[in-house]
Amino acid sequence: MAASLTAPMALADWTRQWLNGLPVADGPLAAVQQRGREALAELPVPSSRQEDWRFTDLGLLAGLDATLACSPSDAGLPPAAPGVLRLVLDGRSDPLAGVVLPAGLAPLSDSELAQALGHTLAATACEHHWPVELNHAAAQQVLALRVASRSCLTLELVSMQAAGLLPLRVLLVLEEKAELELCQFAGAGGAGLTSLVLEAHLGRGARLTHGVVALGRNDAALLAHLAIEQEPESSATLATVAAGWGLARFEPRIRQVDGSASTTLRGLQVVDHRQVADTHSHISFSGPEGQLDQLHKAVAAGQGRSVFNGAVRVPREAQRTNAAQLSRTLLLSDRARIDTKPELEIVADDVKCAHGATVSCLQTDELFYLQSRGIAADQASALLKRAFCEEVLRDLPGAARQWCRFEHLLASV
Amino acid sequence: MIRPDAPVLLEIKDLHARVEDKAILKGVNLTVRAGEIHAVMGRNGSGKSTLSKVLAGHPAYTVTAGVVTYRGQDLLALDPELRARIGVFLGFQYPVEIPGVSNLEFLRVATNARRAEQGAEELDTFAFEDLVRERLKVVQMDPAFLDRSVNEGFSGGEKKRNEILQMALLEPLVAILDETDSGLDIDALRIVAGGVNQLANADNATVLITHYQRLLDAITPDYVHVMAAGRILRTGGKELALDLEERGYDWVDQELAAQAPVPLEVA
Ligand SMILES: Nc1ncnc2c1ncn2[C@@H]1O[C@H](COP(=O)(O)OP(=O)(O)O)[C@@H](O)[C@H]1O
Ligand SMILES: [Mg+2]
Repeated sequence: MAASLTAPMALADWTRQWLNGLPVADGPLAAVQQRGREALAELPVPSSRQEDWRFTDLGLLAGLDATLACSPSDAGLPPAAPGVLRLVLDGRSDPLAGVVLPAGLAPLSDSELAQALGHTLAATACEHHWPVELNHAAAQQVLALRVASRSCLTLELVSMQAAGLLPLRVLLVLEEKAELELCQFAGAGGAGLTSLVLEAHLGRGARLTHGVVALGRNDAALLAHLAIEQEPESSATLATVAAGWGLARFEPRIRQVDGSASTTLRGLQVVDHRQVADTHSHISFSGPEGQLDQLHKAVAAGQGRSVFNGAVRVPREAQRTNAAQLSRTLLLSDRARIDTKPELEIVADDVKCAHGATVSCLQTDELFYLQSRGIAADQASALLKRAFCEEVLRDLPGAARQWCRFEHLLASV
Repeated sequence: MIRPDAPVLLEIKDLHARVEDKAILKGVNLTVRAGEIHAVMGRNGSGKSTLSKVLAGHPAYTVTAGVVTYRGQDLLALDPELRARIGVFLGFQYPVEIPGVSNLEFLRVATNARRAEQGAEELDTFAFEDLVRERLKVVQMDPAFLDRSVNEGFSGGEKKRNEILQMALLEPLVAILDETDSGLDIDALRIVAGGVNQLANADNATVLITHYQRLLDAITPDYVHVMAAGRILRTGGKELALDLEERGYDWVDQELAAQAPVPLEVA
């Protein structure tokens, strides 16, 4: 019991120490930094006493360097395909310095930035979440891009975190009928924390496909808020894959501002050893005829812990919403822990909302069938594990699919 | 085809097996030589599927006594995958659906595992596609089934054809086909039986587990065995199957009752 009481204290100490060590607020985000620092000094650190953090211990952070990370730029990825723009985010330098943007993609002006930054966080009610304020307090750079109406682009974002904290802030504005395929890689090269806050605003008829591949290590953490606001007729597909992190927390926050949009969420998290992976998704429909198709999968091995909480809000004005949420866990060890919970709040009466959750082990009959055809036991179980993951991996866009070789993902499991 | 001088492929001697605490096989004896086709018949619950699964090495069944020799080798000492690689094939009564594993990849990995054991070179995806397309003809199967997940959403008949396709690719020496005829309509039965007949030759052997005479109209067995209460109660030629068709299994009960009671097994 002692550990659970000391952990928040250690985290509070770490936060204080880290705040004290930050450089003076500066640059385009100075005001945001200032507010974030003040907020963080006041906010209670996440602990198991808060419902949203009941199962997820942030104790790992307290052991990290309370500094900003100086991240190596090379993530060891194969080069981007010809014609595809890859931006490296190191948390310090301007990711657009020296970059020629393709037609249809432009940085936001200062006044546009001032107007748009934080808008989607507020709209999805997460602007004061602890991980978001942490990012506010630290982020010196923001990658803020506008995708022009009717243009169709592919973009890659790559980050590699070292010891310390790597804050990443991204803001995307997709104009009417703009299309963006965004492949994002978040790697870990040291005992550190990647703090990612991404906001995307999708205009009418816009289409965003965002794939995140996050491959960590036991002494590294990832806290990601992915907030998306959707105008009618827009379509957002968000596929996140995380493996190997001591601690990984994803919070996809989606709001269909006027309904009539379509949202597809795919998540895969893999835990082994004493790793913790947590996805808290939150989707709200603020208008009729919205669609959601959500599949969350987890593979839990060793003494890993997997948490999934899927909130879906369907208020009275969201009639004829069609939402489906499924959570599936593959349990590979009897010492792994799983906490999965749908959280449907449905007020509208004319809606379709399906949800389900399953936990299963590798099936003896499936293994035996494969073995009875000459396939070795270990190869048979690898095939079955891959099959389990494949349902999410196949929805990763282009390059992200290549970054996420199944072998890496389940290397240890 | 019975040739007394043909080599013995499979020899089962006094095989006893249980699942959990329940004794199911209670002394099975069976000798299978190259070139032979055997039919094993018997009521539901008599232990036919158990026999087939024990031979294939299913982990749920424990052999408590007896010996099984395959081409002179102790079969029961081998892991299931090794049994398959050296040429023992089980056609499942209920083929397993495996969502997410492509049928084509499954067939290729399985075929290459068997080929490696035989010292043949590994087939790459292209060479394998050629082979599989040729073998699809044996069961008149649509190539579209290759792109689907293993058995997922296949109809009963499609699953059974997929089993025979696997047999055609793996070229086993002993194929044990568990109720390959059940759930098939007349056309599918003809196709599946045709496939089995095509694959049978002087060097291999087939053990057909079935309920019905109708499969044996299409595939002529050399021996017919009647299984009851975990043993082979009687063995005869193909006329025994006709006899069963006519008289039913009631005489089996009488015969069992007339025998000395099977001693209870000590756990
Ligand atoms: N895995 C199992 N668990 C429990 N009982 C089993 C299992 N497999 C077979 N049995 C039992 O063993 C007996 C023989 O079954 P089976 O071999 O399937 O017979 P058949 O194939 O001749 O119909 C039945 O009573 C059946 O219920
Ligand atoms: Mg049976």
